[in-house]
Amino acid sequence: MKTIYLDNNATTQVAPEVLEEILPYFHDLYGNPSSAHSFGGQVGKKIRESREQVAAFLGAEPEEIIFTSCGSESDNTAVMSALATQGGKRHVVTSRVEHPAIKSLGAHLANRGYRVTEIPVSGDGHLDMDRYEKSLTPDTAIVSLMWANNETGVLFPVEKAAILARQRGLLFHTDAVQVVGKMPVDMKKSPIDMLSLSGHKIHAPKGIGVLYVRRGTKFSPFLIGGHQERGRRGGTENTAGIIGMGKTCELAALRMEDENTRVKGLRDKLEEGILSKVPSCRVNGDRLNRIPNTTNISFESVEGEAILLMMDEFGICASSGSACTSGSLQPSHVLRAMGVPFTMAHGSIRFSLSVYNTEEEIDLVLEKVPEIIERLRSFSPYWKAGERVCASV
Amino acid sequence: MWEYTKKVKEHFLNPRNVGELEDPDGVAEVGSMACGDALKLTIKVDEGGKITDAKFQTFGCASAIASASALTEMIKGKTIKEAEKLTNQDIAAFLGGLPKEKMHCSVLGRQALEKAIANYRGIPQKEEEGKIVCECFGVTDQEIERAIRENNLTTVEEVTNYTKAGGGCENCHDSIREIIERLRTEKRPVTKPRLSNIQKIKMIEETIDREIRPSLKHDGGDIELIDVIGDRVLVATRGTCAVCTASEQTLKNFVEIKLKELVWPDLVVEEVAA
Repeated sequence: MKTIYLDNNATTQVAPEVLEEILPYFHDLYGNPSSAHSFGGQVGKKIRESREQVAAFLGAEPEEIIFTSCGSESDNTAVMSALATQGGKRHVVTSRVEHPAIKSLGAHLANRGYRVTEIPVSGDGHLDMDRYEKSLTPDTAIVSLMWANNETGVLFPVEKAAILARQRGLLFHTDAVQVVGKMPVDMKKSPIDMLSLSGHKIHAPKGIGVLYVRRGTKFSPFLIGGHQERGRRGGTENTAGIIGMGKTCELAALRMEDENTRVKGLRDKLEEGILSKVPSCRVNGDRLNRIPNTTNISFESVEGEAILLMMDEFGICASSGSACTSGSLQPSHVLRAMGVPFTMAHGSIRFSLSVYNTEEEIDLVLEKVPEIIERLRSFSPYWKAGERVCASV
Repeated sequence: MWEYTKKVKEHFLNPRNVGELEDPDGVAEVGSMACGDALKLTIKVDEGGKITDAKFQTFGCASAIASASALTEMIKGKTIKEAEKLTNQDIAAFLGGLPKEKMHCSVLGRQALEKAIANYRGIPQKEEEGKIVCECFGVTDQEIERAIRENNLTTVEEVTNYTKAGGGCENCHDSIREIIERLRTEKRPVTKPRLSNIQKIKMIEETIDREIRPSLKHDGGDIELIDVIGDRVLVATRGTCAVCTASEQTLKNFVEIKLKELVWPDLVVEEVAA
């Protein structure tokens, strides 16, 4: 059975070009980039090139790029650095729909006496800018807002939010893990001070992340060790990961167009197809202001894990915001923050595409999903065929 | 992804007895859409008190659907008297086991069966007995106590797995802990028979194997029992535990607590180099 992978916001396949580029660094070129000999030095040179590739892709300077182990490390580093370098400040501003890398860190800080403000969102997932602006105080050490939401794909106006922070002299960080590679990012023109990205969401291997730190920003390392990353992140470099990150950024620049035309077209076809074929379903989040690869659809009266498992029988991979999927007993905090009713939140499915998806795959999903929903609804005590009206928007 | 048994998957993909019986002799509706799972059970009972047919409708995850399907298969052909002896453990066992986080699916099945039998007997639907402990999922102290007794639950996490209580805002965790503690002291015999040294060592080894090692292994660690001197349990750490700075806490807060609880309350765990 062929796998139809529509879970690219969870992770992506390593691009064949990236794999080819990094393989020699596991065996033939295994030197330590910090070594004095030329065997290690050649790897050091390659890492410098990768740093330049990443910087070029983000419109940044190479010394503004810090390689980390993942998006979560980048997020943690940014926030903890802001707190460490501004010792007196005890306030952090974030949103109610952040990735756990920020959300759980916020809870952790709140337990340690910091004040954490989580800005609410509207029903379609937009940040409450009024509340945001009012939350900024001289005691605010850092604002951390995600650029695009991993569950719904909805974009926050982070550059506008960053200007408001900058006007007050406050640091601004964004978790851009779901945006990079899908929307253009140019740090030269941006008011954002720090930005996190993750390799495995954009066809590099797992275990590599990047934190962009604007030149002149006070910084305190999160991982203390050797002189690597100019003393800003200790630990021997993940050489293959870093080289993969450089290569993937080069590819992403070339694929951005495809991402915003063909992939977006496939996403729209999938979404329109489901909405027209399946009664009583709806899209969660603003459909216009979104990254091009993501759709989050709720099916009334059925539960998400059951949908996922039935799709799994056909090799279709996606995610759900239902409680049962995560092991917690409550549905996704993102959907709850948006006020999605429980009846809908339990039956939510996120499809996230990549440049590797094809029209045939979408056609097969459009054939199977309506059958699956109909079958599960036939088990459900809440579903009486024909009695519900279409609630789609 | 949950690790379901083949039987759970099979009952999920091909559930038996889906639907609603016409003119049922017993009806039950348990759970709610807000809670994430709900079950409607209808049964037919003949004059001899035998369940001749059962059908269900479930809103819920794979294990909720499979548990309901299993329940209907298990009760068909049984007398009411036989059926009312079924426990949630029986439902889980029929399916070859459920992931521990999903045990509440089997509890939902047992609740539905009880309610359907009460309905058949013409016992009017009572208001929920007991007082609500978990506001998020509407779970009462009586339901929690019953789950603890029937399944020997010892932690808040386990109570959540079986009843959902405490799975939302977590404000009721202290109350759940109090109930566990109260039942534990009720249960504990006044005097525990003295263990012989050999019995003690055997029980400690068994407890390490069954209750402790799997959790440690999960993080790449392990412990080895070196000796038992009186109530002192001497262990050596292995794997990641041997280099972990938190291993002392693990020994005190996890290993020792488990051994005290399951073997002998006076045991003290000490780490030795070996």
